[in-house]
Amino acid sequence: MDNLLSRHRNVSILVAVLFAQVLGLAVQVKRSANAEESRLIRVWAVSAVTPFEKALVWTQQTTSGWWHNYLYLRGVRAENRDLKQQIERMRLEQVRLSEDAEQARRLQLLLAFKEKFISKTLAAQVIGSSGSEKSRSIYIDKGSHDGVEPDQAVITAEGIVGKVLSVYGSTSLVLLINDQSSGVGVILEKSRLQGVLRGSATGQVIVEKILNDETVQPGERVLTSGGDQIFPKGLDAGRVAKVSPGKDAFLDIRLQPAAHLSKLEEVLVVTKVEDRSPTPSEVASPVRAIDILTRRLPSVPDKPMETGPAGGTAQGTGNKTTGFQSAGSPKALPAGPNSSTPTTAKATPATAGTAAGNQVGQRIAGTVNQGDSPKPATPATANSRRANPSQAKSPSLGTTQGTPEPATSATTPNKPEQIKKTVPSTPNDSGGVVSNPEPVSNSGLKPTASSGAAVLSNEVKPAVAQKPVSPAGSAPDQSAKPTNKQPQPARAPAEENPQ
Amino acid sequence: MPILYTSQDQIEVYRFSLPTAIFVPLAALFLQAFVPLRFPGFALLDLPLLVVIFFAVARRSQVSGLLTGAVIGLLQDSLTHHQIGLYGISKTIVGYCASSLGVKIDVENVGARFLGTAFFYLVHQVIYLVVARGMVQLNLQWSWSHEVVAALVNALVAVFMFAGLDRLKQRA
Repeated sequence: MDNLLSRHRNVSILVAVLFAQVLGLAVQVKRSANAEESRLIRVWAVSAVTPFEKALVWTQQTTSGWWHNYLYLRGVRAENRDLKQQIERMRLEQVRLSEDAEQARRLQLLLAFKEKFISKTLAAQVIGSSGSEKSRSIYIDKGSHDGVEPDQAVITAEGIVGKVLSVYGSTSLVLLINDQSSGVGVILEKSRLQGVLRGSATGQVIVEKILNDETVQPGERVLTSGGDQIFPKGLDAGRVAKVSPGKDAFLDIRLQPAAHLSKLEEVLVVTKVEDRSPTPSEVASPVRAIDILTRRLPSVPDKPMETGPAGGTAQGTGNKTTGFQSAGSPKALPAGPNSSTPTTAKATPATAGTAAGNQVGQRIAGTVNQGDSPKPATPATANSRRANPSQAKSPSLGTTQGTPEPATSATTPNKPEQIKKTVPSTPNDSGGVVSNPEPVSNSGLKPTASSGAAVLSNEVKPAVAQKPVSPAGSAPDQSAKPTNKQPQPARAPAEENPQ
Repeated sequence: MPILYTSQDQIEVYRFSLPTAIFVPLAALFLQAFVPLRFPGFALLDLPLLVVIFFAVARRSQVSGLLTGAVIGLLQDSLTHHQIGLYGISKTIVGYCASSLGVKIDVENVGARFLGTAFFYLVHQVIYLVVARGMVQLNLQWSWSHEVVAALVNALVAVFMFAGLDRLKQRA
């Protein structure tokens, strides 16, 4: 035996070394659930390499900063001017986007939709990489001492970068999204198709698990879906660069990552993500989606009110039943100060939507249609006009001439002062929201010459907003207090809530 | 130290000083980890592998070659997120084979270095893939075009790199 080993000494050593490594691999594979088994050698290697990397990065940045901040200032003024112009453009865009964001928040609130918010991030410097194409990962200069933990998302301002894989004292290993073993749940922005983002052998980013029969256009944005429980939903992952039929009935989708994965210098580690719904206080607009829905659902008014002088008028002619009556209310609709509803109630369902839109229209008009200039037909009125062309033909009839069909809109008592005055409106503007030049009572209703039905003035003082009522008839929300709002783009309730 | 002969020329055995034997592999590992951040194309290179091949061929000792490959490979493994041993096994075998080849033939000229490095690079990648797929169940893909291009690039770099490292050799 000894003779054999001595004769084949080199081969024996080779086999022994290989066997030892294979054994080590087997142990690691067996304990794959616990990543600490090989930590010691990794710590040694990382501790040996990263100080040099940190020193080099620091030297490079110091030199670069000294050069760029104190010496090389050519073109800075022109760049500053361009940036200011860009800021102005972006401010305008921000205004537009904030409107959309507010609408989204309202709808999220309506759906009790929980969203993951990035509440805390940690800036980190990229100091090194694994140096292997088989393992596309980077090292950052923040570790457990700084609060970094495994499986935290790493992003940049442009998009997602990867996730924290291993954490050491002052450094962390981040697995990039273009590594073959990575996986990120993504969703295509327009087509809403969901897939899995991962890296290819050549370092490209691909999206898998989208069937061949789906249509994906190059250039479409790809966002995180949140399904991986690491990346919050909605972060930019990249854009579709190339689409081709792939194997196994799935599309081969190549992605241009949003973040420059090959030139990372600084990244953000998402150290805290919160699950929460947008609170009403976050909804800046006085009109909330839930209020819009409330107006459309049948409900009982908070308290019966005395029939005012306009009460009979509000009920219209005897054979024109109000929506409340049709809805089963044995009593005449309490009119009076809060009678935007009878107008609503007399409408056909489509008109009811209009009337609901009218109510909301008042609310929105209070914020949208400031001043005396009637808004061109809002989508809600346009909708009602489509639903009931006769209304469009007869502005004076408006919503009051509808057949006594059940109206589904809810009513909410309104304060008398909410409807201030009547202003003339153009005939084109009278589809569902009828205006009348004649003075009206403080109820906002007036008998029309033709039918005696109540006609609602659509003009509401902009600063007045109705108190929203919860579906259960609870106390109105404080966010709906009268406010002076700047004109906002009109949003049709009918479109926001088609139901 | 014995001087080995081939059928045609005399082949000399070299050794390296301790600082060279330590710092050259570490420098290769450091550059491999740092430079790709600034020059992404640098990731195509495998400097630690080139160092293993160079030391193995120059020393012409199989044991020395495989041990050099094992140590450098394990250090390289420790910088990745995969299990430790994948590069270790690959570079151990490459180190052994390179030193065995160095014993048999003259690998001092440019052409032999170019072809030898390209060959060993492909061998290294194949071994890595086989071990990664067979033992660790890593879902790694193979791209022939990518690997061949990488092999040629590494071989080209090796020619110049070996010429520079030749200055550190000491005749045994």
